[in-house]
Amino acid sequence: MTDEPNTPLPEPEPTDAEVETRIGVDSWVAESEDRQARKRGFFGPAARGWDASPDPVKLFLFIAVAATLPFWLNTGDLFAYGLYTLIYAILGLGLNVVVGFAGLLDLGYVAYFGIGAYGYALVSSDHYRIHWPTLVALPAITVFTALIGLGLGLTSRRLIGDYFAIVTLFFLQAFLVFTNTANPVIHGVGLTGGSSGIGNLDPLHFGTHDLTTVKQQYWFFLIVLIFATAGLYFANRSRTGRGWRALREDPLAAEVMSIPVNRLKRLAIVMGAALAGFCGAIFAATQGSVVTSYFTLNVLIIIYAVVILGGMGSIAGPILGAIVINVSFQFLQPQNDHPDVKRWLFYGALVLFVALSKPWYRAVVVLVGTVVFGFAVHAIVSATAADSWTSGIPADAGSSSLGKHISDWVIIPATSHGDFNTVLYIALVAAVCVVRSVSGWWRTLALIPTLYLTAVVWENVLSPNPAVTAEILFGVLLIVIMTARPQGLIGTARVEIV
Amino acid sequence: MATPEPKPDPKPLLELAGVSMSFGGLVVIDNLDLVVNEHEVVSVIGPNGAGKTTLFNLITGIYPPDAGEIRLDGENLVGLPPHTIAQRGAARTFQTLRLFLNMSVIENVMASQYGQTKVGVARSMLRTPAMRREEKEIRARAEEKLAFFGKRLMGYRWDQPAYSLSYANRRRLEIARAMATEPKILLLDEPAAGMNPTETHEITELIGQLRDEGGYTILLIEHDMHVVEGISDRVVALDHGVKIAEGSFDAVATDPRVVEAYLGTKATSTK
Repeated sequence: MTDEPNTPLPEPEPTDAEVETRIGVDSWVAESEDRQARKRGFFGPAARGWDASPDPVKLFLFIAVAATLPFWLNTGDLFAYGLYTLIYAILGLGLNVVVGFAGLLDLGYVAYFGIGAYGYALVSSDHYRIHWPTLVALPAITVFTALIGLGLGLTSRRLIGDYFAIVTLFFLQAFLVFTNTANPVIHGVGLTGGSSGIGNLDPLHFGTHDLTTVKQQYWFFLIVLIFATAGLYFANRSRTGRGWRALREDPLAAEVMSIPVNRLKRLAIVMGAALAGFCGAIFAATQGSVVTSYFTLNVLIIIYAVVILGGMGSIAGPILGAIVINVSFQFLQPQNDHPDVKRWLFYGALVLFVALSKPWYRAVVVLVGTVVFGFAVHAIVSATAADSWTSGIPADAGSSSLGKHISDWVIIPATSHGDFNTVLYIALVAAVCVVRSVSGWWRTLALIPTLYLTAVVWENVLSPNPAVTAEILFGVLLIVIMTARPQGLIGTARVEIV
Repeated sequence: MATPEPKPDPKPLLELAGVSMSFGGLVVIDNLDLVVNEHEVVSVIGPNGAGKTTLFNLITGIYPPDAGEIRLDGENLVGLPPHTIAQRGAARTFQTLRLFLNMSVIENVMASQYGQTKVGVARSMLRTPAMRREEKEIRARAEEKLAFFGKRLMGYRWDQPAYSLSYANRRRLEIARAMATEPKILLLDEPAAGMNPTETHEITELIGQLRDEGGYTILLIEHDMHVVEGISDRVVALDHGVKIAEGSFDAVATDPRVVEAYLGTKATSTK
């Protein structure tokens, strides 16, 4: 019935201000992104080139780099850095459908991952002496987790926002309690193996080929990730994807514009659950065992961090987020011992932090001041206090080139002096508060002892406790990235009200 | 009705019979009867709180009425979810703009074609030929709807996010988005609100074009009496959920009850 208006109507009146671009008019606002892009400076050309290249080219570049990783990483690194990154990326993509596209806060997402893993353990191990072929097990598990997701979506269809989050969080806890504690006995065997889990799982096998080496598993995960990426990319640019984004923007308007909001929400939950279940199954196969501790809240938080840090709602976001988070997380792990690298990074970050402050002469004052201040304090302490206050050596000094010299500058007691470490912590927090609350030259002056104190805390408290340090640094890294780019690494800032 | 109809034999498209709605003890719509014929522009006027927007919410299924019947083209709408009502052919705009702000202009218009299209998520992920064909149709239809607004929403604006549009263009985009659901009746909630005189004049002409060239039936809420006078085939005045007058603009505008509803009774309003 609306065939006629194909030809543009004659322009009514040219007096309207918006026909031409003016300051404060819509085109000016719209072009602001272009103006931002021109200002990017050093990384500008690279970033613009990346932005300008079509999406298939980006995917191809990613594949080209990712597929060659097994040739120059050893098995342990490939497992920690490669395989886990892929797992987080796949899980992030699935969660992105639920959180990023449909805007549902699903806190039970890891339960689907766990259900997939336990499902694989039940049908592909000696636990019940069932050994389904992989090509049967994987689709069956995917459908099963999708149905669980559908069930949760149906029961919670009237629950919106926070209530949905609580129900799904409860679902995750129920899953953990069920697998860890309930462990019902079926056919004389505990269904989930309780706290010891289920072991000796079959590797993924296609016909006579077993995927037993990390390399093979890595490539298999990479293929899964590529298919998931392509599928979700196409889904996002379809009628369904537009429906999801519309309901995230304004559910009421979407509903009134003929978009079935509840059905699309359920679809998002089901798709996220299916992908998580599939990922859980192949994850279990590579691990060779499943235990409850793989599926705790910590994993959920990491996956959320992957999605949020990467940029909610974008396809490449969770992949990039997974790379950043997993690589930094694994790098900081104490068993991946690079103390010297960590120390260089720490002092490098401190220097960078100061060097980036403006104007430049204040940066110089702070840097020189901190070095002088350190030697002065060290000299005063060694002259006045007992020898044991300065005779300590940094943890892992033997393997560290920087560590050998650092004890001439930083006060490191040979043994613990009461609550020295606690005092250091509190002093550091107080010093940071002081720095934040003063301005101008006072801040510059206050920065000098604060920086020195930071170094003392690093050498005395953080460096000797790598496990705790890893957690703290990981948290600091996330905070820094999220503060710098609240919309995620490649997410676009969402505008709520203009 | 009092005014001459645009067609000799008017066919009722939207019929409301005895519709009532109350929030708690507050009666917002009281036993309302309303008929909108095909290819007609009917304006609903009334002071703030008269129940005009509630009327739209009832028709589009956001609230179910407490009593009464709402029929579109003979089909009962009561009890249907809003997206089904939109599919059956009632599309609306919002008084407080509710665009999908972070989607591009053309995506806004493409998104609202959901109810008219079929390809599911599986075929979308595989990008089957049927999916690509439908996607092209969706895009073409969206461009066609945007073309209705002349240069205002053309070309470079299509791929801009909706939040970058000016206020007047947002109103236009909301109308385009509603048009893309292929409605039988367009419900426009204060399309001229917040517009300057030039833009108001333009939107008045546009509504006339929507009826004459687009073939739409339009139910309109409007406070700007210039707009109402310019385009209405018929005017309905509401006050406290009750229809107090109906007929041509001149008849309704001079009706003592309408004047009273807007200005109060003579004793309090004069001197």
